[in-house]
Amino acid sequence: MTSAVDPTFNLASAVGAKPDAPPAPSKIKVENLQFYYGQNHALKNINFEIPEKRVTAMIGPSGCGKSTLLRVFNRMYDLYPGQRAEGHVMLDGVNVVGKELDPTIVRTRIGMVFQKPTPFPMTIYDNIAFGVRLHERLNKAQMDERVEWCLRKAAIWDETKDRLNTSALGMSGGQQQRLCIARTIAVRPEVILLDEPTSALDPISTSKIEDLIDELKRDFTIVIVTHNMQQAARCADITAFFYLGELIEVAPSDVIFTNPKEIKTRDYITGRFG
Amino acid sequence: MASLAARRAKDSTVKAISIGFAVFAIFILGWILWTLLSRGLPALGPHVFTNITMPPGQNGGLLNAIVGSLIQVGIAMLIGTPIGIMAGTFLAENGKTTKIGAAARFVNDILLSAPSILVGLFIYGLLVVPLGGFSGWAGAIALAILVIPVVVRTTEDMLNLVPVGLREAAFALGAPQWKVVMFVTWRAARAGIVTGILLAIARAAGETAPLLFTSLGNNAWSVDLTKPMASLPIAIYQYAGSPFDDWVALAWAGALLITVGVLLLNVLSRLFLAKTH
Repeated sequence: MTSAVDPTFNLASAVGAKPDAPPAPSKIKVENLQFYYGQNHALKNINFEIPEKRVTAMIGPSGCGKSTLLRVFNRMYDLYPGQRAEGHVMLDGVNVVGKELDPTIVRTRIGMVFQKPTPFPMTIYDNIAFGVRLHERLNKAQMDERVEWCLRKAAIWDETKDRLNTSALGMSGGQQQRLCIARTIAVRPEVILLDEPTSALDPISTSKIEDLIDELKRDFTIVIVTHNMQQAARCADITAFFYLGELIEVAPSDVIFTNPKEIKTRDYITGRFG
Repeated sequence: MASLAARRAKDSTVKAISIGFAVFAIFILGWILWTLLSRGLPALGPHVFTNITMPPGQNGGLLNAIVGSLIQVGIAMLIGTPIGIMAGTFLAENGKTTKIGAAARFVNDILLSAPSILVGLFIYGLLVVPLGGFSGWAGAIALAILVIPVVVRTTEDMLNLVPVGLREAAFALGAPQWKVVMFVTWRAARAGIVTGILLAIARAAGETAPLLFTSLGNNAWSVDLTKPMASLPIAIYQYAGSPFDDWVALAWAGALLITVGVLLLNVLSRLFLAKTH
């Protein structure tokens, strides 16, 4: 199959074409990326760019490789023997899949929020302080300030300010997920990866998280994997469609969802398969 | 197809048999406890805790045996717990796919079901014979070897119950593995790990066989770990078969003490688990 990504297509200016947004330079450049689960060739020669301070959605049927690609960005695959990546994922000119680069540094710059809320078994305050303490030495006042800052950013401060020293496990699922976003923001990454962040949540929590994503893109570059095409259409500036380990098409979301170039993309978004 | 009446009859027969055996098992356990209480309680007096073992008829107690057991079990836990937790952590966090992990898990399973007298003989050959005598150290180390596989197994099992997502979330914040383990996975599994340690104490406290060839027992007062040391199970073993009534009574008192201690540890571990789940 030939790659459908038009080499002359300029992502930055395409995104910038929106009246309210200046052209965005690319934050992550994926170049000739291959990924293997043992013998299984899961990502086949992926090339595309993720613009800075925009929301990029990755969609496609189960097993298409979108979550795999997300886990390549922060070297999550390093935890499992037998998984390996070849090629380049350039973050501001640094190859994050290069063996010589310490994955903990990559993960500090590229944070991740998972499908299921994953609060640590400690207080709300400590959930946030845990990540911050890994990278910075703050005194009590500075830490208090950081905790409040990120909880405000994650739009959960009002619900948590009176119970910071209670266990995070007592929160609702939606609150836990926003706490996980706050915890990710607290270490001040440049990129936030969201792996189906609302698939385990109710509609009200989902819409709160979607509003939050809109807020967060002022400060962070966001990449979201979602099964929900309406969510991609609502939240994302750019949408990339994956199928069987290949990138089929990437374009501004309004183009992908109204006038896709590829037959496969059209079939998928109109619900003919997947 | 059997008739409805026949099916009902079959059902009630099987149910009656099951209930019968359950009652029988509880009856035996109750009988043991009753015997223990009826013989042990009258024998239990202040002298049991204040006097050391003495010749028959001199109002001897079990002080040296109680202290000896506490010392040997205490040292066994100090040696066995860190080794067990570290090994169990390795098996759960890193040893899933490695050869050394598979080998360690296999050996641990064998050790878990090894007869405890074998452990006593092993330490006898390893420490007692070369060093020229029975000692409290040899007893403590023999008990430690019994403690390790219990702690390894419960630690591994409890860490395996911690969701992968929790670990990944900690790694995703840029945490190195040792911090993920110390601050997130151990913390998530701590109730289960503590339960394993309490059960290991209970196991070590009741063992006689491994002490027979190692710390031997001592009728005099001694807290010197390089000398033979008294312990409750050995004192019970020694006294229960003796022809002297006061010694037999002390054996019952000692048995009651161990049983109550183990029961308390079991209740404690259940409370600990219940508190966090």
